[in-house]
Amino acid sequence: MKQLHELTIKEVLDGYQNHDFTCVDLVKHFLNRIEKFNPKLNIYLALNDRALKEAETVDKEIAEKGIARKLLGIPFAIKDNFLTIGMETTASSNILKGYKPQYESSVTQKLLDAGAIFLGKTNMDSFAHGSSTETSDFGPTLNPWNPDKLPGGSSGGSAAAISAQLATVALGSETAGSIRQPSAWCGVTGLKPSYGRASRYGLIAMASSTDQPGPIARSIEDCALVVEVIFGKDSFDATTSPAPNEKYTDYLYSPDLRGIRIGLVKEYLLPDMREDVKNLILNAAGKLRLLGATVDEISLMDPKYAISTYTVIARSEISSNLARFDGIRFGNVRDTFCQETKRRILLGTYTLSAGYYDAYYKKAQAVRTKMIEQFAEIFKTYDAVIGAVSPGPALSVGATQNQPMFGEMEDILVEQSAMSGLTGVGLPCGFVDSLPIGLQITSNQLKESMAIKIADCYQRHTQFQLFPDLVKII
Amino acid sequence: MHQVQVTPDEVKKIAKLANLKLQDNEVDLFADQFTQTIEVIDHLNEIDTKKVKATYQVNGLSNVTRADEVDPTRVLPQETALREAKKIHNGFFVVDRLVDSDAEELI
Repeated sequence: MKQLHELTIKEVLDGYQNHDFTCVDLVKHFLNRIEKFNPKLNIYLALNDRALKEAETVDKEIAEKGIARKLLGIPFAIKDNFLTIGMETTASSNILKGYKPQYESSVTQKLLDAGAIFLGKTNMDSFAHGSSTETSDFGPTLNPWNPDKLPGGSSGGSAAAISAQLATVALGSETAGSIRQPSAWCGVTGLKPSYGRASRYGLIAMASSTDQPGPIARSIEDCALVVEVIFGKDSFDATTSPAPNEKYTDYLYSPDLRGIRIGLVKEYLLPDMREDVKNLILNAAGKLRLLGATVDEISLMDPKYAISTYTVIARSEISSNLARFDGIRFGNVRDTFCQETKRRILLGTYTLSAGYYDAYYKKAQAVRTKMIEQFAEIFKTYDAVIGAVSPGPALSVGATQNQPMFGEMEDILVEQSAMSGLTGVGLPCGFVDSLPIGLQITSNQLKESMAIKIADCYQRHTQFQLFPDLVKII
Repeated sequence: MHQVQVTPDEVKKIAKLANLKLQDNEVDLFADQFTQTIEVIDHLNEIDTKKVKATYQVNGLSNVTRADEVDPTRVLPQETALREAKKIHNGFFVVDRLVDSDAEELI
């Protein structure tokens, strides 16, 4: 029989329904695990001290009304850049140390309305500026597969929370890679929705033209259940899409992938990529073929241009967004920004400054247009494109030292899709050196259903959703 | 294409624009790092974008408006809005003097 921390959302809800266990049992179980493993892994920055009380309320609700809400009593780990009333929110930065939000983010409000219980706030790269959690002012999170390794980032705490089984499901956010890359390094499943699907209101901004909230979970099925709740137009975020939501769970359990056309991006098999990593991606392509999909090799712009473009766009938007941290209305003085934050603000100030705007910012936005046009052409023929999420497995703690562009370099394979506002799933497709490798499945804007269908069919026909035995590892 | 060199003086100027105080060692460090980063960014010049328009918004929305009416759910009560400020006075945020202050003239 499965232990309580091994259950998917559906299994938890079934367990409540059948009175196998209570919400209090489940929350207590997770809090015990957190107490045991968090001191070593540094996944949670703060815990919700009302979690058990909320669990009692859930148990009462179940007894009285049954399970009428979609995520009733589901324990969540929340990335620390979502504003949560009653829980300190820092974005892993000293400038917000002690900050108690005055309002709730739209996405976390929707989760609460659906009955979710927040266990706590997870560590991240400071202001989401990084792909390692090493830029956190509160120390890095360690990878549950091997504590000498990094979990990736910026949603490293949320991905590690799932890998270490310290929550049923987690909320992350991505600007370019921050959901998919830590999911890949931790061997879990993350869904970055297309731009504008989920509200950014109350999500501490990094680059507003690509920021998107999304779930990190044990499986794509759980991701589908979460996005059904968090998607939708929000009057508090003018960039949210008016397009109707779909019932994403209808796309689960497809027996095969017949009729689906998939492009394997040639340029994403980087020349200096390890052969064993390349082989896992090619194996995944083979598996998708076996399931009935057509997989052809396709070509995209050299991803080195994605690094250049993304660096300019993200840092420019960062310099503008982080101007609001003035230490006057909330937070501490600007001197408390960490060095990575200062580096990004300064470069962005430079690329936006008089005389450089056209050469850098406008130029990068034009290259972005070319990327978007290229994807538009590909999606005329193909339903999705695939490749590796990250050039390799998790790197060692300390890898970001003296690497002023670490984040941008590590996210080379996911930046184009993020800047184009596409849907992206990252999910495990095998292991090298006992560390997980992630496959990306990228579909068009508003085509979450397609990425979910492919990922779900793949997951039901493979066995890569594995979790480390923490007792042995730690 | 000539190599762009970001100088320590430029870093100091940018820091002023960004309202950031830097340590002395950070000025030289950032000057070196920005020179490297600009070298990476300069790859963009290999791509011809003469006939390409810039994209600022990726999901096609524009001019999203709402009715010009006060919506109480969008408004924080004054005491909540002031709660996180370090310095307040009679229901206002206190800010440092900007005009005729000792601070050097802005660039």
